[in-house]
Amino acid sequence: MSVALASPAPPRAAVARNAFRWALIGAVLLLALLPILNRLPADSALHVSDFLVSVTGKWITYAVLALAIDLAWGYAGILSLGHGAFFALGGYAIGMHLMRLIGPRGVYGHPVLPDFMVFLGYRELPWYWLGFDHFPFALLMALAVPGLLAAVVGFLAFRSRITGVYFSIITQAMTYALMLAFFRNDMGFGGNNGFTDFKELLGTPLNTPNARAMLFYASLAALLGAYWICARVVGSKLGRVLVAVRDAESRVRFLGYDTTRIKLFVFVLSAVLAGLAGALYVPQVGIINPGEFSPGNSIEAVVWVAVGGRGTLVGALLGAFSVNALKTWLTSVAPDLWLFALGGLFVLVTLFLPRGLVGLLRRREP
Amino acid sequence: MARLLSVLLVLIASAWPAAAQDAFDAAVTGLAGGFSQQAEAVERLGALGDPRAVPVLRALSEGRLLKRPDGNGVVPPAEAAPPGAEPVRVNNRVRVALRGALGRLQLVSPDPAERLAAAEAVFRSRDAANAPLLEAALARESVPRIRAQMELSLAASRLVAADADAKRAAIAALGATASTDARGLLLEARAANPGLLAEIEAAVAAIDRRLSLRRMAETLFQGLSLGSVLLLAALGLAVTFGVMGVINMAHGEMVMIGAYTAVLVQEALRGVPALLPWSLPLSVPAAFLVAALVGAAIERGLIRHLYGRPLETLLMTFGVGMILQQAVRSLFGAQNREVVSPPWMQGTLTLPGGVEVTQNRLWIIVFGLAVLLAVLAAIRLTRFGLEMRAVVQNRRIAATMGIRTGRVDALTFAFGSGVAGMAGVALSQIDNVSPNLGTGYIIDSFMVVVFGGVGSLAGTLVGAMTLGVVNKVLEPWAGAVLAKVAVLVALMLFIQRRPRGLFALRGRAAEG
Repeated sequence: MSVALASPAPPRAAVARNAFRWALIGAVLLLALLPILNRLPADSALHVSDFLVSVTGKWITYAVLALAIDLAWGYAGILSLGHGAFFALGGYAIGMHLMRLIGPRGVYGHPVLPDFMVFLGYRELPWYWLGFDHFPFALLMALAVPGLLAAVVGFLAFRSRITGVYFSIITQAMTYALMLAFFRNDMGFGGNNGFTDFKELLGTPLNTPNARAMLFYASLAALLGAYWICARVVGSKLGRVLVAVRDAESRVRFLGYDTTRIKLFVFVLSAVLAGLAGALYVPQVGIINPGEFSPGNSIEAVVWVAVGGRGTLVGALLGAFSVNALKTWLTSVAPDLWLFALGGLFVLVTLFLPRGLVGLLRRREP
Repeated sequence: MARLLSVLLVLIASAWPAAAQDAFDAAVTGLAGGFSQQAEAVERLGALGDPRAVPVLRALSEGRLLKRPDGNGVVPPAEAAPPGAEPVRVNNRVRVALRGALGRLQLVSPDPAERLAAAEAVFRSRDAANAPLLEAALARESVPRIRAQMELSLAASRLVAADADAKRAAIAALGATASTDARGLLLEARAANPGLLAEIEAAVAAIDRRLSLRRMAETLFQGLSLGSVLLLAALGLAVTFGVMGVINMAHGEMVMIGAYTAVLVQEALRGVPALLPWSLPLSVPAAFLVAALVGAAIERGLIRHLYGRPLETLLMTFGVGMILQQAVRSLFGAQNREVVSPPWMQGTLTLPGGVEVTQNRLWIIVFGLAVLLAVLAAIRLTRFGLEMRAVVQNRRIAATMGIRTGRVDALTFAFGSGVAGMAGVALSQIDNVSPNLGTGYIIDSFMVVVFGGVGSLAGTLVGAMTLGVVNKVLEPWAGAVLAKVAVLVALMLFIQRRPRGLFALRGRAAEG
């Protein structure tokens, strides 16, 4: 049986995977060029506008959120309709830091209290605002608070074996309840108006090319980091168990795996990533308010993943960028059409493209 | 005691007119005399409590009352003036008497609002001299609300009388009410009547008990009213989600479509004024049909391809909801529309014990229960309901028995959507009709269905009412928003203990 094997041609799937990888690296490099091209003189052919840089920076944070959702939904089958809440909590944590940094430059000029607290008659900083003047603490909170909330909700839900749509509805109720709570003035989070009028971050005044570039690269680094973490999780033995939990949870449990713990781990990790995305998002858009908690936001993020192709990390990225590009374009050209288009995407993807854009691309291969 | 008194007064009053006739005429004639005679006549007219005196005295105070040229009394204001008649002149003393008499006479004015105002004014004046007047007025009064106020005022004026027995009776009468005014009056009277302290305290305690009972009843009513709104919103979902297991996130939009149908029916009936008050009842079947048609189209066109894939159904129907919302927004505009309440739904109703309920809330409770019964009857008693239950229990066996399962699916979904549409008609009465009318109810509706137990209509009823009442009970302490948050959190914890809801299905049906 000793057949001399000539060096075998690599299988076609591997070729495709390689091509895919190179395309991805190319896309990242292209993205990384944007803030540099932004610095070219305005009449240069390669100059890109401030708008394009900031909007792309925003999409990158969306892509991190999409990765987080994909990890939970695409791999572990946990469809959370409340990831917008984790995103918003991360944003609020950084927003608190940014508010503290305003210092005496507020309208009322109070040395410590943010404007809205002076307006609402606060005498001193509520205890839960302490420590947010330190950036590392705020960043830690941006990750820890969503993670903790996910741990509590996930523990309660998974322990009672609440799965599928029931879990989705509970998470939706969670973000809805948080939205109602954050709308209240006496929560100490600025009520209806939330936080805005930020001045600086890490010593860099916001809304300058430097700050934009800094946040852009930070987001890009976060995206690469998140992708790396997700790829590690998905590629490990744990990743295989996750897929098994998604497809037949009871069977995995009967085989002796503690599915509650596995799901909890993935859900918490996913929430932490969503919090990170929110923390990067808020300084870039310069505002955070309770509207970010609205259930519509969360479900829109789910549709990015569905459009891109859930169960593939690349799909989440592809979906986040393409749907948001469509949104940005359509809301400027024909704002009334956007909701039709978004609704249409929901229908189209679920009925005709269950594997999303990635599925469409891969179908070409044998 | 009070009742005995009023019966007695009625008896006296019925024997009264003949004697009063003469007294009235005599007093009116007196108006033509000298100033002191005039003043006396005015006071007598005021004390008589005869409503006929009002126009005469008013004419006198305005200088329009004429003296008969023959010196024989005055010309009644309704009569044509005989030639040579001169106006009756008055002096200051008569004017003062006139003001007092007119004020007291308002107690017997033909205008109920004036009588009520007069009774309230007497209550505030706290003058023991008013008691006989009030007794006379009470004897003629037939409007319950004014009677109650007059009785209260009577007790108040007796409370400042000198007679201890009368006081005791007044305290007892005040203690039998549930009025904050009476309570204030009693507390005030404590200082002046140290001997009656025990009676007063007992009366105040009795009032407090009654007031807190009334407050509880009102909270309960508000809770039931909110509960019936939730019930209406959730009933359709109990059919599509509870029975069929289809997650329909566009359910809120079915409600919204029903509300807009009510708007359209109202617009269409503008040309037929005779039917306009009935536009709301006519909207109910119209909304059912329209929402059911939309529902059937969605089921046949989209949802049926996704049976067995609940997460996809959820996302898809969410998209459908968005499209429907945006479509309505482009057709009707984003601003709120109003559906006018028919006259028989407006105003408030005072139940015995002084509990006030608004009519339209009351109708919504009635409507919610009626829809619940109709849905129950449709599922339990009709052929369609039988086929529906058969398909839910075992689709393949049902198919082999000759049931067209696809048609049953479409009809069931259409039925659930139609019920949602009817809910929209009710919601148009208490909420703004706008394209996002439904979004506010979708999460609550799912909570109700999950809380009550998926697939159980009784559970939906109990779930909706419980959530409604708990919400309203918490509201005074926590505020509307925090109450809602608290209910949501409590519900999430509840689902921990009973993942399948209050009324869980047991046995084989639970495994489906």
